[in-house]
Amino acid sequence: MLEYVIRRSGLALVILLLAVTLLFAMIHMMPGDPASILLGPKASPELKAALNQRMGLDQPLLVQLARFYADLAQGDLGTDVFSNRPVLEMVLEQLPYTIVLVLAAIGGASLVGIPLGCYSAIRHNSLLDRLVGVMSVAFIAIPSFVIALYLLLLLSVKWRWFPAMGAGDSGDIVDQARHLVLPALALGLGWVGYIARLVRTSMLEVMEENHIRTARAFGLSERTIIVHYALRIAVLPTVTILGLGIGTMLSGALFAEIVFSRPGIGKLLHEGVLTRNYPVVMGSVLMTTAFFVLCTLISDVINAMLDPRVRDGESS
Amino acid sequence: MSAPVLNISNLSVNYSTDRGTLHALRDVDLHIQAGRIVGIVGESGCGKSTLISTIIRLLSANACVEEGEVLFQGEDLLALDAKAMRKLRGNELAMVFQDPMTSLNPVLSIGRQMLDIQYRDDGSKAEKKSRSLHMLERVGIPDAATQLDRYPHHLSGGMRQRVAIAMALMTEPSLLIADEPTTALDATLEIQIIQRLRQLQRDVGCAVLFISHHLGVISELCDEVVVMYAGEVVESGGTRQVFDAPKHPYTRGLLECDPASIQASDNILPVIPGQLPDLTDPPPGCIFQPRCDRSVAQCSSQRPRLDGQGHRAACFVATS
Repeated sequence: MLEYVIRRSGLALVILLLAVTLLFAMIHMMPGDPASILLGPKASPELKAALNQRMGLDQPLLVQLARFYADLAQGDLGTDVFSNRPVLEMVLEQLPYTIVLVLAAIGGASLVGIPLGCYSAIRHNSLLDRLVGVMSVAFIAIPSFVIALYLLLLLSVKWRWFPAMGAGDSGDIVDQARHLVLPALALGLGWVGYIARLVRTSMLEVMEENHIRTARAFGLSERTIIVHYALRIAVLPTVTILGLGIGTMLSGALFAEIVFSRPGIGKLLHEGVLTRNYPVVMGSVLMTTAFFVLCTLISDVINAMLDPRVRDGESS
Repeated sequence: MSAPVLNISNLSVNYSTDRGTLHALRDVDLHIQAGRIVGIVGESGCGKSTLISTIIRLLSANACVEEGEVLFQGEDLLALDAKAMRKLRGNELAMVFQDPMTSLNPVLSIGRQMLDIQYRDDGSKAEKKSRSLHMLERVGIPDAATQLDRYPHHLSGGMRQRVAIAMALMTEPSLLIADEPTTALDATLEIQIIQRLRQLQRDVGCAVLFISHHLGVISELCDEVVVMYAGEVVESGGTRQVFDAPKHPYTRGLLECDPASIQASDNILPVIPGQLPDLTDPPPGCIFQPRCDRSVAQCSSQRPRLDGQGHRAACFVATS
């Protein structure tokens, strides 16, 4: 098991480095000269040159990349062009909001979606199964920002059940939780149906397998068979997809954070891109990518914990 | 003669399919006395698996028992509710399945699976573990203590099938149903497992219903044999009688086609001409008549019955 985690972590590190390099290249391919955007159209060439020099933009791209890595190795993500604050500090300030949001969304979606999918499989073609089927397709099809806007209109503006803006007072857990409900719903609702469909499909498949027939032939209770013998196998693909789904969710979080005026890495990134604030963009993207890579790593480790064949490096 | 453990009479099972009703089993009679080993032999599609599924009540959803009864220790299994049936499974009635590669749960350790099936016992975990260990040793698994912590994919097919046999016999059932337990294994392993099974059967004293299409294994292991063809029992009797003096033309054909009985000098494998009848529309007379080289006029209009005791065949022209 330990060997698997080490092996998998090494791979995660390589993925992260590759992703960061790619992102670095993409950011520099974005049209728009940061100096003219920051200083305005009337800035003198000298001023622009000075800023470019301060940001290191006058250096060749490879040198910039090397410098970026060198700083990164020392835990330095550069400084914000406007406020002169260290980017690392800014990112670490915002990241927890996004992580909490994404985890609440995916956790809630799994808590509802997995039992729902399991039930749909066991009572397949029942009324609930059909209902879940139709709802899933509907919710998958609607983009999360549309759901977010309607949630705002109904639950917040019309019925005033939940606050619409911000993340709540720091220190007040209840208030923060109340502020979390709408954005998490907006982000996670589409996933409930998706997870339910995934679990249903693999559960139906697993329940037809020979070892389930064996378990039945030994008179094990239906409950034991479903929970311990079947679901454990049926959730494996879902766990993998959830790990990857965090990536999609992180971009969804950007919408949710803008719509709900919620602090978070998405909002920071959005502002950074608009102003071509390279260090902030790079820093937020780096941390988001790191979080995403970490999530896929965790989902792989969970898979290995659930399935001994993965642990032994055998394809299941 | 002791009371039969299993007494199947007049059993007919249908499947509803897209092409219409498929008559998978028709008027099947089968009796197993306590402590005896009865073999069922027949080619693929003859209804062996349907018969087993009916006995342990794990038929697929589109199957329907048309008529008949399955008496197990005097109780009609077909009339039991799900709870009472579950009580028998893995307890009085145990099962070993065909494919050892897929019949054990891939994500649970051998020890855990063996522990789970002892859920009826009140004993401590340690007691159950030592029973599992003892059972693995009895089926001839080397280094049994280590194997308990391992997973099915760590074991070879032969080892997995030994585990399956150990699990089935752990509760000392009255009847063990073995569905082609050695078909997926190579020949040398097959003999080892058969010998082990025979020895364990004597120790436990259970009756065995052994399904195979391997005639050699049947003749080696079984006291009695039941020959099935296209959903019907065509011949049954003591193994020696049936093998030495087959009555039904199908049984004769089957024995002639057994590669083991063919002389090396013959270059052609003998076959039974024709193919299995369409079971959605079985012939009105004898089920084997379309392929039979000895049929008479009566055969195509009237169905022969499997009457009497001892060695008997469902055939009008059977030589007695």
